[in-house]
Amino acid sequence: MKKILTSSQTVGPFFHFGLKPIAVLSSEDIPGEKITITGAVLDGTGARVNDAMIEIWQANSRGKYDHPEDQQDRQTTPGFTGFGRVFVNGDGGFEIKTIKPGPVDWLEPGQQAPHINISLFARGVLRRMATRIYFADDPATGGDPVLNLIDGPGRRNTLLAQPVDGRPGAYTWNIVLKGEQETVFFEV
Amino acid sequence: MTKPTAYNREASETQPPLNHPGYGSTAERSPGKPLVLLPHSLSEITGPLYGQDSIGPNDHDLTRQHDGEPIGQRIIVAGKVTDENGRPVPDALIEIWQCNAAGRYIHEIDQHDAPLDPNFTGAGRCVTDGEGNYRFITIEPGAYPWGNHHNAWRPKHIHFSLFGNAFVTRLITQMYFPGDPLLELDPIYLSVPDAKAREGLVCAFDLENTVPGHALAYRFDIVLRGRDQTPMVG
Ligand SMILES: [Fe+2]
Repeated sequence: MKKILTSSQTVGPFFHFGLKPIAVLSSEDIPGEKITITGAVLDGTGARVNDAMIEIWQANSRGKYDHPEDQQDRQTTPGFTGFGRVFVNGDGGFEIKTIKPGPVDWLEPGQQAPHINISLFARGVLRRMATRIYFADDPATGGDPVLNLIDGPGRRNTLLAQPVDGRPGAYTWNIVLKGEQETVFFEV
Repeated sequence: MTKPTAYNREASETQPPLNHPGYGSTAERSPGKPLVLLPHSLSEITGPLYGQDSIGPNDHDLTRQHDGEPIGQRIIVAGKVTDENGRPVPDALIEIWQCNAAGRYIHEIDQHDAPLDPNFTGAGRCVTDGEGNYRFITIEPGAYPWGNHHNAWRPKHIHFSLFGNAFVTRLITQMYFPGDPLLELDPIYLSVPDAKAREGLVCAFDLENTVPGHALAYRFDIVLRGRDQTPMVG
C-alpha cells in the first residue's frame, strides 16, 4: 500500500525572506568555462513576472553531478555542488552566473548535450515547472536525445540559450510561461 | 554505463493542475501546451544534498531568533519525511516561512493592515535526522486576506520547501491547520483534486509532542516521490 504523495502548493508571493538566493558559482576559482545567462520571465500576456524563483541544477565542466548515484568515471569539483537559486528582479529579469556543464550520459549509450536543469516557482504557479537550458552554439545540441523528444524545431528552440555577439560566455534565454513563444516544460 | 533507476511518476490526482480557474493568477502563468514527458536520466535522479552541518543551532526555533519572544500561540511542528513506500528520507533540507500571529509577513511587499512583530521573522530551516524526522518550534500563524476574489482569506498555513535526494523529489507546499473554516473556501487548498491528498496537507494535533506548560504540538508527515527498485550505488 503506497502512501499518498504530499501535494504541491504555490510558493506564493512572500518567499523571499524564507528562501535565500544561492550562487551556483560559489567561487571564481571553479574550473570551467564561465558563462552568464540573462533573461526574463514572461506570462501569457507578455507581462514580466516579477515574483518568480528559478532553481538551477547542473553537472560540472566534466559532466559530473555531485551525487552518489552519478556513477560516471569522472571527478567532482570541490566547492561546486551544481545547485543555485535566483530570484527575478522587479522587472522580471534574472542573471545566472555559472560554468558551462559538460555532456552527461544518457539512458542508452551516448551523451546528453550540455544542459542546465531548471525549476521555476512563482505565485500563480501551483507546482514546480521544470525545463532545461541548452546552448545554441554547442555542436552537440542538435543531437540531444531530450531535445529530440520535442515536436518541431520552433518548440525546441525555446530551450536554447543564444550566444551574445562579441561577448564570450554571455547568453540570453527567456522563460515564457504561456502563449505563442511558450517555453517547453517537462513532466519529470 | 549504469542505467539510472527511475522514480515513480506522480499520481495526477495528488497534484494540483497548473491551470486552476478558481485561483486567478494561474490563468496567464500556466502553459497552454502539454508537458513533455521526460525519462529519468542522471539529470533527474541526482539533486543537491545536504548534511546536518548545513544549518545553525537556532534555525529550527522561530521563537528564539530575536531578543524577545514573539506574540502568539507557541507550537511545535514535527513529523517524518518518507517516500511513497514508507522509507525514511534522511538529510532532507526543509525550509519553512510563515506570517506572524496577526497574519502579517515580514516581507516588504506585504501591505496587509496588521501589525508586524519585532520579535518574529518567520523563517526556519532544518535537516531531517537518520529516520527522516524533523522538528520546528514556532507560533501559530494568522489568516490573511488576499486579492483573489471578494473577501478572500488564506487559511492559516506554513510554507514548506523540501529537497529529497533528486531533482524530481523537489517539493514546495503549504501546511494547514485542522478545523480551519477557511480551508473549504480556499482555491489554493482546493486545487488539489483528491480529497485524501488535500487532507494530507492538514497537520494533526499531537498531544504526545506537546510540552506541558509551554507549547502545543502538531504533526505533519511529508511523503516525497520514491522508487520501487533500489538504486545501484557502488
Ligand atoms: Fe502564505
